[in-house]
Amino acid sequence: MNELHDMYQELVLDHSKSPCNHHELESATHQAEGYNPFCGDRVKVYLLIEDGAIRDVAFTGEGCAICTASASMMTQAVRNMNSGDAEAAFDRFHDLLTDHAGTIEDGELDDLGDLASLVSVRRFPIRVKCATLPWHTLKAALHGDGEPVSTE
Amino acid sequence: MSHPTASSTEQPPTAAASRPFDVQRLRQDFPILARQVHGQELAYLDNAATTQKPQAVLDAERDYYTTMNSNIHRGVHTLSIEATQAHEHARRVVQRFINAASDKEIIFTRGTTEAINLIAQSYVRPMLQPRDEVLITHMEHHSNIVPWQIICEQAGAILRVAPVTDSGEVDMEQFKAMLSSRTRVVSVVHVSNTLGTVNPIERIIEAARQVDAAVVIDGAQATAHAAVDVQELDCDFYAISGHKMYAPTGIGVLYGKQSILERMQPYQGGGDMIRSVTFEKTTYNDLPYKFEAGTPNIAGAIGLRAAIDYINSVGLSAIASYETELLQYAEQALASVPGLKFIGTPAHRAGAISFTLEGMHPHDIGTVLDSEAVAIRTGHHCTQPLMERFGIPATARLSVALYNTREEVDRLVRGLHRAGELLGV
Ligand SMILES: Cc1ncc(COP(=O)(O)O)c(C=O)c1O
Repeated sequence: MNELHDMYQELVLDHSKSPCNHHELESATHQAEGYNPFCGDRVKVYLLIEDGAIRDVAFTGEGCAICTASASMMTQAVRNMNSGDAEAAFDRFHDLLTDHAGTIEDGELDDLGDLASLVSVRRFPIRVKCATLPWHTLKAALHGDGEPVSTE
Repeated sequence: MSHPTASSTEQPPTAAASRPFDVQRLRQDFPILARQVHGQELAYLDNAATTQKPQAVLDAERDYYTTMNSNIHRGVHTLSIEATQAHEHARRVVQRFINAASDKEIIFTRGTTEAINLIAQSYVRPMLQPRDEVLITHMEHHSNIVPWQIICEQAGAILRVAPVTDSGEVDMEQFKAMLSSRTRVVSVVHVSNTLGTVNPIERIIEAARQVDAAVVIDGAQATAHAAVDVQELDCDFYAISGHKMYAPTGIGVLYGKQSILERMQPYQGGGDMIRSVTFEKTTYNDLPYKFEAGTPNIAGAIGLRAAIDYINSVGLSAIASYETELLQYAEQALASVPGLKFIGTPAHRAGAISFTLEGMHPHDIGTVLDSEAVAIRTGHHCTQPLMERFGIPATARLSVALYNTREEVDRLVRGLHRAGELLGV
């Protein structure tokens, strides 16, 4: 029961109800669409990349609270990163969420910012894809292959 | 209901329950309902996905494997003879259940999906000409969309889609207007898995007759909730999934009119569906075996027989009136939940109720309910075009079976209130 409260903690709900950077980006140089056919979550990620760095980032789409909050936090986290750092951030976030039982050391999440609040999603393995869909989509946008990504 | 075939010796099913409908007693027949989820008693309200199985079905499958397991239609030894008899007995039980004219009209399949694909490939595909039309509705399950898309594309034919009204019913005026001499096939869901709508298939079949179109009815969600009489309906095909009517997964039925089945090409080639094979020419077996290539799901057919016996022992009319009353109770109880919007408010409903809650994604609702051991389905329910029609990504859906109770509905409603608190709406 507390796990449910942890997953839907205030910061997560704030992001899901008033997401940051939730709009189209006309100046985008890269974009991609992601879809989770299991639950119907759909996101589109827009990137403005200059000199290898993410200068602007935004997303649109409709998703569950976890997906929307994760997308919102992601746009905050990757702004001004270069693409290699953004992918490394995804790998770290992904590892954290898929390590369903592992313990977390004090301070281990400090550098993740708001994203750290999503770590409880790992207690709900079926919902991990909701949190990672925006990131998969970001990765697709970075690689620019234009094919919609699917979590399945 | 008349049963014109005198070919079998079994007793006809009893028309109604001999005992009053006692849901608590019936619940005892379903062992899984005793299990706990997250430390609480399971409230299983996802029956449109698949129903739970009564002990009688579990026993029938087990009995088959423990006493007569063998291959059918080929051995002369005792086990094979017994298994063949049990398998063919199951066919006759299905025949009587839907009142087909002959057991030759009962083809065992894996389920509704395979039944519709069989019709599309073996009946419709060979006759489909460029610009011919196949007519479906906007509320179809993907398994009654994609098989038609595939063959329409191959033949240069056109898939037409009759619209659905805001209340979640087929727009019959539009439906009739879309019928023409080009319409080869009309394929419509009997009961919508997403909306719970019971479609007026009698009128749909009659309208299709006027233009000589063949009629396929997707009965996946119908047979657990109301009696079906394929002769009275006069449809050409009727598709059934066993697992949605208390039988195991992997067994289903295609009903087809004998005169049509006889003219059809086989679906798959292999053993059992042939009479003789030489490298020059193969002659096909008689109905229904022509469409049953390979070793079938023998235990599944026997399980389906047990499920039908079980349904008959409770009585379909008793089940229908109990469930209808429960759904009305659920509709009233749900209406009290703040921000709840019904998706589909059909005049005739069976099985399912879909809804959304303002400010909450169905997926989050599903997770909160699961934490309270209330199992419902959230998502698009394999009806993505219908979701688009209503402008939503997904719904939450409860769907009932004969063992559900008002207490379970109350728990669902309490869970929805809790979701509102937790998600802060
Ligand atoms: C209306 C409807 N048609 C077809 C199907 C497909 O049935 P099956 O998956 O058993 O083949 C379903 C199952 O969800 C359904 O609800």
